Amino acid sequence: MQPHTLSIREAHELLTTKQISSVELTTAVLDHIHKTDPLINAFVTIADELALEQARLADQRLRQSEDITPLTGIPFAVKDCISTRGLRTTCSSKILENYIPPYNATVIDRLSTAGAVLIGKQNMDEFGMGSSCENSAFFDTHNPWDLERVPGGSSGGSAAAVAANMGLFALGEDTGGSIRMPAGFCNVTGLKTTYGRVSRYGLIALVSSFDSIGPMARSAYDCAAVLQSIAGQDLKDATSLPDPIPDYLKMLDKPVKGLRLGIPKEYFQAGMEAGVESSIREAIQKFEELGMEIREVSLPHTTYGLPVYYLVLFAEASANLARFDGTRFGLSVAEGAENVIDQYLQTRREGFGPEVKRRIMLGAYVLSAGYYDAYYLKAQKVRTLLRQDFEAAFEQCDALVAPTCPTTAFKLGEKTDDPLTMYLSDIYVVATNPAGVPSLCVPCGFSNNMPVGMQLIGKHLSEDVLLQIGHAYQSATDWHLKRPAVSK
Amino acid sequence: MTPSESNKPAFSIDADMVKHVAFLVRLGIQDEEAQAFSHQFSAIIDYFHLLNEVDTGDVPPACETSNTRSVMRPDVIKPSMPREDFLKNVPHREGDYVQVPLVFGEE
Repeated sequence: MQPHTLSIREAHELLTTKQISSVELTTAVLDHIHKTDPLINAFVTIADELALEQARLADQRLRQSEDITPLTGIPFAVKDCISTRGLRTTCSSKILENYIPPYNATVIDRLSTAGAVLIGKQNMDEFGMGSSCENSAFFDTHNPWDLERVPGGSSGGSAAAVAANMGLFALGEDTGGSIRMPAGFCNVTGLKTTYGRVSRYGLIALVSSFDSIGPMARSAYDCAAVLQSIAGQDLKDATSLPDPIPDYLKMLDKPVKGLRLGIPKEYFQAGMEAGVESSIREAIQKFEELGMEIREVSLPHTTYGLPVYYLVLFAEASANLARFDGTRFGLSVAEGAENVIDQYLQTRREGFGPEVKRRIMLGAYVLSAGYYDAYYLKAQKVRTLLRQDFEAAFEQCDALVAPTCPTTAFKLGEKTDDPLTMYLSDIYVVATNPAGVPSLCVPCGFSNNMPVGMQLIGKHLSEDVLLQIGHAYQSATDWHLKRPAVSK
Repeated sequence: MTPSESNKPAFSIDADMVKHVAFLVRLGIQDEEAQAFSHQFSAIIDYFHLLNEVDTGDVPPACETSNTRSVMRPDVIKPSMPREDFLKNVPHREGDYVQVPLVFGEE
C-alpha cells in the first residue's frame, strides 16, 4: 500500500483502525511531493515542519479516539489565495511574494478544528486571473497527464497536485470555473459551492460577488466529507448563508432513480472536440441507465455569459486590487518617490503581471463616467437574465449536465499571446458564478489520452443533490480513479 | 461568437486613453506597453458589444448573488488583532506609524 495514493475515505478507515498514523501518512505524502513536484510545479510553498506538527496532534486525537472527524489526520493543501496564519500567502503574485498573513481564513480554522493537516500552498494564475496557470508570477504548473500541457486555471496547482497524489484533497476557489476547469483537465472531482455556502473570510478577493471556495478531491464522496467541515454561516462574512447544513455523506447513498437531469442545448454547439462530446454523451447514457429522467432544456442567454462574466469581473477586480499600493503590506517600491502617488505607480508597475494590469485597467474603463451604463450596468441587467434562465431550467429538472470545457487541456504557450482566445476557453463554466449556483465537476472519460470533465449544475444550495448524482455515477464507473504515471 | 463575426465597426481604444486609465488606477506603464494594451483592449471591448443584442428594457440590474439578507450582529466588544501582528507586514514603519512619501504639497 502506498499511503499517498489513498482517498480520504480509505485513509480514514486505516487511521481509525490504527493501521497507519497521520505522521506516517503525512510523511509519505511529503516524500512523494519532494520527489514529484519538481516535474509538476504545483506548490508555491511546502510546509514540512508545520505539517508534521499538526500530524502529531492528529495522532493524539486518534489515539484517544476523541473528537474524530472524517478529516482528522488527512493531509491537504490549498490554493495560495487562501490566508494561512504564519504561512506565506502569495496569490502567485510578486506583490504578495513575501506576505505572511496575521490571521487564518475561516476555512483554514474549520479544517484545523476538524484535525486535517495542512501541507502547503498551491500555484495559481496571479490573483485567479487566468485559465491555464500560466499567469503565475513564479512558474508554470504542468499537467500531470502530459507535462507539455496546461493544468487549467486558475486553481491549476491544486488540480495538478490532487491528480498527482500530492495531498489527499485541496481547497480551490472558483470565480468563473477556476475549480471545475482545471479539475476537468486533470481528472479530479471538484465542487464550486453555492455563493455564500462557504465563508470567504480570509480569501483574497478577486470578484467579491462571484468567489466561492470548494473542495477538489479524488471522488464526490471525498468532496462531501470536506464540504461538511467547511460549509456554514460565519459572522465574519456577511454574505455567508445561515441555511442549515445537510448531512452530505448520509445523502450520498440516496437513489438517483427518478431525478430529472436537464441537457442545456446551448452547451452542445459546434466547436466542441469530438472526444469531449462523445464522453459527455456516454455519461448521459449512464445516467439514464441509473434511472434518471433525461430532458432537453434551454438556457437562452448562454452566449452572453462570457461578456457578462468578464465585465463584472473587470469592474470588481479593479476595485478589489486597489488595496495593493505598497503601504500596509506586500511589495513596496518607494525609492525615489517624490510623493505617495509615485509610490503607488512604481509598486503596482513592478508588482502586477500583464494580465492583472489588463483587467484592472479594463475595470476602471467600464466603470468610468460615460461608459458605466453601456458596459457595467448593461452586464448587470443581462446577469439578471442569466439567473432567470437557471431558475426556469430548475423548474423542469433537478440538475443540469454539460461539459466543463469544449476541449481537453491545451499546450503550454498555445493561447498566451491572445487574451481573448484564452477567455473563450471559459465559455461553459462562467455562467454559474454570476447566478451563484453550485456545480460539480466529475471526470467522465478521455479524449486523445487527456481527461474529459463534465459538470453537474444545480439550484442554490443543492450541493447534496449534485454530490449524490456524482457519487451514483462514480459508483457505476471508474473514470475518476484513473491516475497519471507520475502519481505513483 | 468571436469579434470578427460580430459585424460591428472595429472599436478602438488608443494608447493615450490607455495611459490615462493607467494613471487613474495608479499603474505605471511604458509607451510600448500602452500600445500593446490598446490593441488588446479594443478587441476585448469590441467583443462585449455582443450584449447590445439583448433587449434589457425593463430588466433590473442584478445586485446580489444569493438571497442574502441584511445581516446584523450584536454590538459586543471583542479583542481585536494585536497591534504588532497587524503592523508586521508594513513595508515602511516608524515605531507604530506607517510611513509613506509626501501626500500633500511641497516639502
